[in-house]
Amino acid sequence: MLLLSLLFSPLFAAVLLGTWPGLTARRAGMLAFTLAWIPLILVAMIGFQEGASWSLPWMPDAGIHLTFLADGTSSLFLLLTTLVTLFSLAVSVKLGIGDRAYFALILAMEAMLFGVFTARHFIPWFLCWELTLIPAYLLVRLWGGTNAPRAALRFFIVTLAGGVSMLLGFLALQLTVGTMDFDALAHLAADKQLASELAQGFSAHFDGPTSLLIVALAVFLGLAVKIPIVPLHAWLPDTYAEAPTPVTILLTGLLSKMGVYGLLRVFLPIFPEIFPVLAPWLAALAVATVWLGAIAALAQTDLKRIFAYSSVNHLGYCALAVAAIATSQGDRVAVSSAISGTILQAFNHGVIACALFFVIALLESRSGGKRGLHDFGGLRAKMPMFCGLTGIALFASLGLPGLSGFIGEFLIFNGVFGLNPWSAALSLVGLLLTAVFLLRALRKVFTGPLPERFAQWGDLSLGERWLFAPLIALIVIPGIWPQVLLHFSNSDTLRLLELLRPTP
Amino acid sequence: MVEALHSHLPALLWWVPLLPLIAGGVIAFLPNRWGRFASKLALAALGVSCLISLGALACSLAPVGGKPLVASAVPWFTFGDSSVRVGLLLDPMSAGMGAMVTFVALWIFLFSVGYMDKEVRFGRFFGFLSLFCGAMLMVVYANSLLLLFLAWELVGLASYLLIGFYFEKPAAAAAAQKAFITTRVGDMAFFLGMIWLYRQTGTLLFFDEGRGLLESGALASLAGATTAGGLTVSAAASLLLLAGAMGKSGQVPLHTWLPDAMEGPTPVSALIHAATMVAAGVFLVARTHPLFAQGGETGIALTACAWIGAITALYAALSAMAQSDIKRILAYSTVSQLGFMMVALGTGGVAAAMFHLIAHAFFKALLFLSAGSVIHGCHEEQDIRNMGGLRHAMPKTFLAYAIGMMALSGFPFVFSGFWSKEAILHSAGHWPGGKGPFLLAATAALLTAFYMTRQALLVFFGKPRVPGVSHPHESPTVMIVPLYVLAAGAILLSLIGTPFWPWFEQWLHGETASFHAGALGEEGAIGLLTLSLVLVLVGVGASSVVYRNVSRDSRAPDPLSEKLGPLWRFLERAMGFDALYETILIGPLSVLADAVDALERRVLVPLMGFGESCAKRCGRITDTTDEAGLNDGFDGLCAGLQRRAQSASDTQTGRPQAYLRSIGLGMSVLFVLYLWLRA
Amino acid sequence: MTPLALLLTLSSVVFVLGLFAVLVRRNAILILVGIELMLNAGNLNFIAFWRYGPPDPELTGPIFVLFAIAIAAAEAAVGLAIILMVFRHTRSTDLNKLDSLHG
Repeated sequence: MLLLSLLFSPLFAAVLLGTWPGLTARRAGMLAFTLAWIPLILVAMIGFQEGASWSLPWMPDAGIHLTFLADGTSSLFLLLTTLVTLFSLAVSVKLGIGDRAYFALILAMEAMLFGVFTARHFIPWFLCWELTLIPAYLLVRLWGGTNAPRAALRFFIVTLAGGVSMLLGFLALQLTVGTMDFDALAHLAADKQLASELAQGFSAHFDGPTSLLIVALAVFLGLAVKIPIVPLHAWLPDTYAEAPTPVTILLTGLLSKMGVYGLLRVFLPIFPEIFPVLAPWLAALAVATVWLGAIAALAQTDLKRIFAYSSVNHLGYCALAVAAIATSQGDRVAVSSAISGTILQAFNHGVIACALFFVIALLESRSGGKRGLHDFGGLRAKMPMFCGLTGIALFASLGLPGLSGFIGEFLIFNGVFGLNPWSAALSLVGLLLTAVFLLRALRKVFTGPLPERFAQWGDLSLGERWLFAPLIALIVIPGIWPQVLLHFSNSDTLRLLELLRPTP
Repeated sequence: MVEALHSHLPALLWWVPLLPLIAGGVIAFLPNRWGRFASKLALAALGVSCLISLGALACSLAPVGGKPLVASAVPWFTFGDSSVRVGLLLDPMSAGMGAMVTFVALWIFLFSVGYMDKEVRFGRFFGFLSLFCGAMLMVVYANSLLLLFLAWELVGLASYLLIGFYFEKPAAAAAAQKAFITTRVGDMAFFLGMIWLYRQTGTLLFFDEGRGLLESGALASLAGATTAGGLTVSAAASLLLLAGAMGKSGQVPLHTWLPDAMEGPTPVSALIHAATMVAAGVFLVARTHPLFAQGGETGIALTACAWIGAITALYAALSAMAQSDIKRILAYSTVSQLGFMMVALGTGGVAAAMFHLIAHAFFKALLFLSAGSVIHGCHEEQDIRNMGGLRHAMPKTFLAYAIGMMALSGFPFVFSGFWSKEAILHSAGHWPGGKGPFLLAATAALLTAFYMTRQALLVFFGKPRVPGVSHPHESPTVMIVPLYVLAAGAILLSLIGTPFWPWFEQWLHGETASFHAGALGEEGAIGLLTLSLVLVLVGVGASSVVYRNVSRDSRAPDPLSEKLGPLWRFLERAMGFDALYETILIGPLSVLADAVDALERRVLVPLMGFGESCAKRCGRITDTTDEAGLNDGFDGLCAGLQRRAQSASDTQTGRPQAYLRSIGLGMSVLFVLYLWLRA
Repeated sequence: MTPLALLLTLSSVVFVLGLFAVLVRRNAILILVGIELMLNAGNLNFIAFWRYGPPDPELTGPIFVLFAIAIAAAEAAVGLAIILMVFRHTRSTDLNKLDSLHG
């Protein structure tokens, strides 16, 4: 029941906003912001009662049940969703972006994200997965920059194509194995029967491994576009750059997490039989993602594009961890480390990306839309607090120990090194380059002599400080006390570990 | 008193790093106008830390037989069924190092109160310093490689913040960035090594009742496992840790950041880039020395350590000869001395390295603070060619500086530097892996005496060369007192490190100190002592000859530059490492970045655009087929039907006779048919 | 030629005359007349087959004819009434002008 209310509360809020006649933009924003606290409370309640589930036979004859389950890991992602949505709404209100429809769309997207992070059957999961795309598309298209229509269309088409591929993959499973329930599929896979059943279903067109490989690739494609993994990332920089900054926060903070979540909770448990074939390629792609994200970021001069590539780079580590888990499922310590690391990295990246893009939003709002690397300089003299908080976010992003980014990266590298040492070693270069471009951004924007045109700028206002405060808390606290997050995910990590254990 | 302290030590020890860290955190929230309060808070926190760490030192004076006094471990976080634990470690090494760090830092804090007096961000400065001290103490006392790494990086952050303290200066900001990134190169190797060790042994604790990383079980498993190239895991991990240490301790080829780091305020240079942080690399190697030693005395890890140290020592000493910035000379000298420590570690002289580390911390901090005092007195002038004759204007500073300079050069008998360097040469000389490091280090020792004498002569002797800096003034007491305290340390430390009473070494090894009167009788001991003496005297003498009558004109070239020609300029540019990196790393990297960016924009995005346009075209095709095939077809069908219907309805004339006619016709046809069928 | 054949020939001629009138005349009244002719041709057939066919004590033929005459009378009455009404409405009895039912 709790879960049902969680799924529908933002939806009702969206409908309310969408149908309330004559609501001014500001009031709509305030209303949306207020209503968005309800899901946070519900998530907190779910977290305290350690999970919630809800199920409804929808098309029992076709074996389709609307099954939703919020366990510890889901709860973390749900928490992230509510927090990032709240933050994005707050930033929108603060910067005066959007109107009634805009806020309604954000809330609708939140509802769909809740569905993605809890559904345990493919049909409701995929429904929510694809339905996030529509609000996202509209938000980028209608409130974005000058090239937004193009970027939004591209984003839409590419991710939709990925979605279609994933749908085909699961349809193949439905037609051959006869179920699309994640847990059922995972148990089949754990008993090493998925490939043989699939081969029977394909009736001798392909043998088991080949058919499984085809299906796994189709599903992977859909997830990879979302994360994104090289070379399917090309939609990302333009989309992030053109979207209004609060929407960029949503895109990087949440939509990319859908891909990571899918890899971890859908892809990994269902396709372990094919990992021996896929793993080296996955690892190569992940390393390429890490490298390309970092190197491309070096060449950017638009802050938003720098952080966009930085996102690619950071989520590359998640992909790397998944690749490593795929390499070997035998090493309990390494696998659990990689899983925990992925979850932490996803959560922390969401929070840190919020902070970084908020920094850009503030710079944009003060400079009238400028966000080039060379448009600023010496701001630390006028805005020491802003500089300090930006610094915290940046250092967290480059993985400074003591801030939230580090533990995730430590766990990921610890897992990856145990399973696939060379890819770990190679990816460390990415970690180094991250420091290069992030510190360069910090240096260009905040240090050096203060140009005359910034002489009138003031430091953060009280409201802006309050917006920063929760982010900084969420960056500092898990860095010092990572157990606060790991506590939630650990039992699920162990369960996933059981599913992945190789049969003796 | 000591007994009471002893029982509370495990808990109290946490406060040593935490107090400065908390002070730093609190200061971060204080506005600039509370700067005075901030400095007092930082001093108070560090003072208490210092008291505790001195207490811990006192506790550790009683030998306990090689086992650490405190080796705590508390769970930090859990993943899967593994739990990561961190803790603090108190053994003679950390006790001595911790006491040194807090003690030296305390006096540098005090010095800063005077030195940074006019600074707007006075409070901020102390916040950063506190952060640094907390992190540094965490490095020192960590009982876990992970905790050490965490603090190690925080130390790097503090260094970054303090080098870039004058962020309005682009050079300072660039130097800060360079320092962070260069050390991070090493840190990444360290990170990898740490993870490797963790994977191999399942623990990150140094000492954990027999299961720790530095205890026999884990060491044996590390030495037993081999990896690519036939290297044992212990050797490979050691090399990675060594790379980390090289980054932090400015060893060639990761040293280029350290001279640039002199853009920071002088107390920062003294504390971080001379006394403590840069020694963290040496400390790391010393701490994990059992691991390094797994390959034997001439194993690859120790050999690499010795050679890198020796090369660095000589390289930096050569570079220091040709510098003209007072702080850069000292910076290169620091690099060189760190090289000495590495030589000692590589050749098995951990005690020698630690002794030199601690002694160096005192006299190098003293030198930097004296240099700061000189700079302060000369109105921010840093070029030694523009100074001269300052011993009259700043007699107190001169005295302190002279002590530091003589300790660094290794003036015999009463200066700690002499004994520590002698111990290092002793260690290197007896190394079975070859004489190379020994010879390089000996040459570097000679050059040390040479360039320090050069600096002293140019700064304090002769006549003032530039009128602009001809009104130097002596510094205030708050700056002078720390100088004398450190000077006293630089001299008194020599008492505990002589070969006759090697208290420090024995204490470090957990033995009871004893007189060793026969030390001189050992084979080669006299020769080595003599060699040390000769090296110093030759260095000082040569320098005095060259620089005794240096020109009054500040723009005149250095006497040596005429003799050495292009070699001098090569040394002046520190052998061109910066340019080299610019050419082989930074340039290609930016080219690569541009290439990747072009790949993105020119290939991937158009490729995706191609896919997109394909999709659009497909859409257009289906659209066309829909329009032409389905819609038009259906429309045509309907229109046709309508036409047919129209023509059909035309037969319905409404005229009964027409109907009747057709009925009649039909009837007759039917009738004929009937007849025909019947027939 | 037997009398039956003669009678049948007569009735055929009368029928064809009536049919011709129905098909070609435009005046509604004359068409009605034509219809009456065809009816009477039919009646003549009934009488002729009764008279020269197998013996029929039941007088089926004449009774049929009587009914037919009665119905024809009624039909004529209704038909004339309709024509009268149509004439009143259109001032014409020309059937070719009464094509408002055409498709």
